[in-house]
Amino acid sequence: MADAEVSNVKTLQVKRFKPSENPKSTFFSEEKGLWAWMTTVDHKKIGLMYLGSVALFFLLGGALALLLRTELLTPAKTFIEADTYNQFFTLHGAIMVFFVLIPSIPAALGNFVLPMQLGAKDVAFPRLNLASFYIYVVGAIFTFIALANNGLDTGWTFYTPYSTGSTSSVVWVTLGVFILGFSSILTGTNFITTVHKLRAPGITWGKLPLNIWALYATSIIQVLATPVLAITVLLLTMERTLGIGIFDPALGGDPVLFQHFFWFYSHPAVYIMIVPGFGIISEVITAFSKKHIFGYWAIALSSLAIAFIGFLVWGHHMFTSGQSAVATTIFSFLTFLVGIPTGIKILNWVATLYKGSIEMKTPMLYVFMFLFLFSIGGFTGIMLGSLSADIHLHDTYYVVAHFHYVMMGGTLIALLAGLHYWWPKMTGKMYNETQGKIAAFLIFVGFNMTFLPQFIMGSQGMPRRYYNYIDQFTPFHQTSTIGSYVLGVGFLLIAYYLFRSIFSDERAPSNPWNSRGLEWQSTSPPDLHNFDHTPVVIHGPYDYHKPMEEFQLGLAASHNGHGGHGHGESVEVTTETEKA
Amino acid sequence: MGGLFDFMLPELESPMTGASTDAVMGFIHLVSFILLIGITIALIYFAIKYKRKSEDDETPLITHNNTLEITWSVIPLILVFIVFGWGYKGWLTLQSPPDDAYEIHVSAFKWGWTFGYDTGAQVSNEVHVPAGRPVKLVMQSEDVIHSFYVPDYRIKQDVLPSRYTSVWFQAEEPGESQVFCTEYCGTSHSDMLAKVIVHEPEDFKIWLAKQGSGGGTPIERGENLVGIHGCTSCHSIDGSDKIGPTLKGLFGKEEQLADGATITVDENYIRESILEPKAKIVAGFENQVMTSFEGRVSDEEISDIIEYIKTLE
Repeated sequence: MADAEVSNVKTLQVKRFKPSENPKSTFFSEEKGLWAWMTTVDHKKIGLMYLGSVALFFLLGGALALLLRTELLTPAKTFIEADTYNQFFTLHGAIMVFFVLIPSIPAALGNFVLPMQLGAKDVAFPRLNLASFYIYVVGAIFTFIALANNGLDTGWTFYTPYSTGSTSSVVWVTLGVFILGFSSILTGTNFITTVHKLRAPGITWGKLPLNIWALYATSIIQVLATPVLAITVLLLTMERTLGIGIFDPALGGDPVLFQHFFWFYSHPAVYIMIVPGFGIISEVITAFSKKHIFGYWAIALSSLAIAFIGFLVWGHHMFTSGQSAVATTIFSFLTFLVGIPTGIKILNWVATLYKGSIEMKTPMLYVFMFLFLFSIGGFTGIMLGSLSADIHLHDTYYVVAHFHYVMMGGTLIALLAGLHYWWPKMTGKMYNETQGKIAAFLIFVGFNMTFLPQFIMGSQGMPRRYYNYIDQFTPFHQTSTIGSYVLGVGFLLIAYYLFRSIFSDERAPSNPWNSRGLEWQSTSPPDLHNFDHTPVVIHGPYDYHKPMEEFQLGLAASHNGHGGHGHGESVEVTTETEKA
Repeated sequence: MGGLFDFMLPELESPMTGASTDAVMGFIHLVSFILLIGITIALIYFAIKYKRKSEDDETPLITHNNTLEITWSVIPLILVFIVFGWGYKGWLTLQSPPDDAYEIHVSAFKWGWTFGYDTGAQVSNEVHVPAGRPVKLVMQSEDVIHSFYVPDYRIKQDVLPSRYTSVWFQAEEPGESQVFCTEYCGTSHSDMLAKVIVHEPEDFKIWLAKQGSGGGTPIERGENLVGIHGCTSCHSIDGSDKIGPTLKGLFGKEEQLADGATITVDENYIRESILEPKAKIVAGFENQVMTSFEGRVSDEEISDIIEYIKTLE
């Protein structure tokens, strides 16, 4: 035993590598040109390509949302037909879930940040990473074919037997979703392997950034749950094209079985969307309060707890479906259990602020918005988990408001926090802080104006997916529509100042927020290989009480062949670190 | 409890099914509101009190506190157990219709509702019930999944093809309540509305007696069938084209078919279109699906429907 322990401790010769404020080469300046980008295996370029695609889909899904809200200005027809409306809400849902929320944080920001936070040069399987991007593109092409050819009118949930009989392009979209799933599975596999195998010397499991824990938990769900969606949509495709009766009662199938299969994936998918957001919040809240995270293990392990319990609650989407009474009772009970780790996280983040040094920059504004909006999303989730209340609220606007508070108020706001936080690192440019704050304010006001009235009208009985509605709901719908326009203006403003910053001459510093995160110890934008040395980590990522220079260590002897001289003073420090 | 949030709910018309729901909703809203205010105040207070003074601010090292972690895990756990038990209890009531409930059969279809009574009477998109007596609806869908929702009673139940589901309520006072379909079912999903009309028990008996048992002349029976099966939600009788061709002036008309052929509408074409809607589709309606009524209407009923269509000139 003693021998084993001794061999676990390694003495490393380290010196300080201070990131240059004026790097000669970055991943932008190396491997330039369209072809180089399209064939790149660099995780940073792939992350940015994902970010661009996600932004395009968000624009499309958002435009559809505004059209839907505009149609709902009046109780009867405003400007589009019922069938068009049905197609729009289906596409809005499908695009936002499959093409925006699921890939947004892991595939776009995660791809960029994960290897850097681990001190690695890239993910474990760089070519697989590029492959998963192209699989995503192929899935998108299938969906566009469906759009051009009859559209889709089943709702993003594809409930049978409606989807079996629909004349719209169900098969194109289900095949698109099937293909897209592989992209998700491959990214998850890649991340799990990277976290296990490519951590820089000194990064033990207890020193992993919470963003990595969150992405790790997410990857586990992606790998385990996505195949079930693939099976489900494949069965649906077989039923439609070959007439094999699985879900359609007319062919001897069971429509409720489809709902079980669908939610077995799609409920965990909710956690695929939100858990990475938790990771970003932990990073940003510590950086802008200069404080150690409160309850590191509580936050890290609650992500894993959510990932596992999240697999056991799918039936709470089906309380009114006619599933068995025993199943309904158990699913309700388990649903409440998944609320507990989520509540623990919120309170740990609030506690982190205590005695901090809080600076209200744009990313931090989004963190505060997240804590407020996501709490509302969580509380209304408890409401919907409660059996008798859910019977009344199921499939009403209360549910619509709830999941927008969770998915938009949670995931998307966290994405905006992360985007503003890592923007200087990703692009090497700084956005206009005042405009950033104005946009955050517009989004906060617009969001609440859009979705708060939906809780009230849902509770009063307004069903979801309604083209026409009865007159009593008019004031709520109109307020909601005006709110959505404000929200739209907020997003356009963000697009404007981010776009403008790319073309400005002002360079962002390597570490504008004085973060202790390893990804900030590279140049802005980073070198093609992230670091020009092998980073060595001796402190946790939230040790704000330790001096900055102790976060800038790297192996003194060069092992990587990418110039081991480093910049700035060289500190000969012999230090003991645990073997990673 | 939670009277603060009463404005969110419609007037409760069936306390036996809805009172517990309202109580648990009020409780959750109230507790959530208090906790949310607490979190918000803490956020704002910290943001002001611990505002960054300089870039060199030092913060204390506070890594965790097990007592706090346990406190804020256990208290919410107790709260959610209360909410679970409360919701479960209310839901058990919703699942258990009283034995003496008055039973009505419900048939849902794209896009309407038919309600059948033990006397043989059938009405569409209006369900008449007696006040002060439990009513149980036994429901089945003729095509896709629908859902029967009455906000005033706090009840909702999906209606499935080839399986029965049921729901119950007891309206205490005469009046009207709105019924919505809450499972998306296509083009006119949002028009798939109905009304519950609550009568005094005596008036209900009179109303039911007046409905007869579905008799009348073939034309009257045909008109009734066209209403019950919801034909008119797609096929107008005023000459306008909706999802399908109009029934007005249909009989004897020459129709251009999707495959280019023409056909004169006669008894056999109407019969075929009811039983095998996809066999001969009129040009311009290729993308619409009509479900087959094979097994749902008898030969006599088809004859009645044809007699009725003949009168729509």
